[in-house]
Amino acid sequence: MIQFDAVHKRFPNGTTAVHDLTLEMPEGGVTVLVGTSGCGKTTTLRMINRMVEPTSGTIRVGGRDVTRQDAAELRRSIGYVIQQAGLFPHRTVLDNIATVPLLLGWNRKKARARAAELLQTVGLAADAGRRYPHQLSGGQQQRVGVARALAADPPVLLMDEPFGAVDPVVRAQLQDELLRLQKELSKTIVFVTHDIDEAVRLGDQIAVFRTGGHLVQCASPAELLARPADDFVADFLGAERGLKLLSLKTLADVPYGPAPEGGAWTLVLGEGNRPLHWASKETEIPLRPLKDTDSLLAALDESVASPTGLVARVDADGVLTGVTSRDDIHEHAGAAHSEARVAA
Amino acid sequence: MSVDWSWIGDHTDELTSLTLSHLQAALSAVFFGVLISLPLAVIAHRFRPLRGFLLGISNVLFTIPSIAIFVLLLPVSGLTRTTTVIGLTVYTLVVLLRNTVEGLDSVPAKTKEAAKAMGTRPLRTLLTVEFPLALPVIMAGVRIATVMSISLVSVATYIGDGGLGQLFTDGFQRNFPTPVIVGVVLTILLAVVADALLVALQYVLTPWRRRRA
Repeated sequence: MIQFDAVHKRFPNGTTAVHDLTLEMPEGGVTVLVGTSGCGKTTTLRMINRMVEPTSGTIRVGGRDVTRQDAAELRRSIGYVIQQAGLFPHRTVLDNIATVPLLLGWNRKKARARAAELLQTVGLAADAGRRYPHQLSGGQQQRVGVARALAADPPVLLMDEPFGAVDPVVRAQLQDELLRLQKELSKTIVFVTHDIDEAVRLGDQIAVFRTGGHLVQCASPAELLARPADDFVADFLGAERGLKLLSLKTLADVPYGPAPEGGAWTLVLGEGNRPLHWASKETEIPLRPLKDTDSLLAALDESVASPTGLVARVDADGVLTGVTSRDDIHEHAGAAHSEARVAA
Repeated sequence: MSVDWSWIGDHTDELTSLTLSHLQAALSAVFFGVLISLPLAVIAHRFRPLRGFLLGISNVLFTIPSIAIFVLLLPVSGLTRTTTVIGLTVYTLVVLLRNTVEGLDSVPAKTKEAAKAMGTRPLRTLLTVEFPLALPVIMAGVRIATVMSISLVSVATYIGDGGLGQLFTDGFQRNFPTPVIVGVVLTILLAVVADALLVALQYVLTPWRRRRA
């Protein structure tokens, strides 16, 4: 657990970056810090590993005051991932990953073996280890950045806009990967981003900061979306706040029935009962079959695009299980909101 | 102007020893130049106010005529190899210091930041991150300093040293062109070979720059 207690940061030029921050970042959870630029979110993150020293207040990691520890040793005990990876261009991927183990005094062989293991953990091919960072794509470099942060198995991971510099498709992959890793590893993660969708996707709790370093609200994504503390938070969450909440709910509880027969539109199935498209006498409309793990938002999107208002549901193997109506989806969407309001 | 080949044949031992002496003077100068430049460059890089001062001094030293430097050193180290090496070292500083400072400046802030955030202490960062990344720019300076020193050694003939430069005085005094031509050719050869070896050394030392994607 990371605890901020009345932490204040004023820079020598007089600007206040963080104002009287008291915040707990729970063990094994992802805390996302969001806000406009200059709101103090990155400064907050950097105070945890003493890249920035607080002006007053205390920060504890695992109960220990960070300012009472040797800064270099503290940093080795905390994983750190930065934008554009910040890899060492003169070291191979393997040696980049082995950085902290080597600083901790592991022998080279053991450090390299650990690095090779992590290469696999973050989904990179073994032969990537011998390459240099500039020979990798942006997304691959970012994976190496994550592997490097995990190398010494630190309990805490700081991530400063780690996926900010990659394109949206790769970013979504990296986010998925991080969620998968987090399920396995249960690190205490502090993640800085200015992308609210990323925050909703990754966060167990989201802390929203306002210019001047004020923490405005800290809540679970669902609570934040359902009950923003004020207009600033509501504005920050954006116009589709209602829809974003639906991205947090899956289709698992939404019922389905048999596909209709004899209407103007027919659900065309391919080999092994896999849904292909909607067909009328004149035309075909493509469809996107949804699994139970897909979100209500995806279902709503699919249902408005569907000529029948029906969404094809499939099992994990892509085999048709049934269809769900637009009304059912609407009903569950509404319920998701009232649930979140009650929970808040 | 014809070359007297038999003279060359009769003087191979002398030519070899002059060439080695020439090379030793030049390489010593570069060696001490690097030894002095590295710490000074770190200071100039870290403490901005001192940068102009240190680079300024190296510039001023460079403008002293070479003969004058040897004359000024005579009371200190006399007519010795030491005088030659000190004089040449002074000249190497202007390129070595400037390039080392520029090399250190060229290391991306992001990379140094990452080293610090991983828990690398400043000295280790300097040795394992900053110097390696500054190496291409530093090596460019070393190459210039080496070639420059090889060509300058001859000036030390005025104080009785000068390696291959002695062939020039010998040739002029006797109005016999062969030693002059041989001296010029050997000096150029030394410079070319030394430069090629430095290029090879840099290739070996910077494996990450080889296969640019």
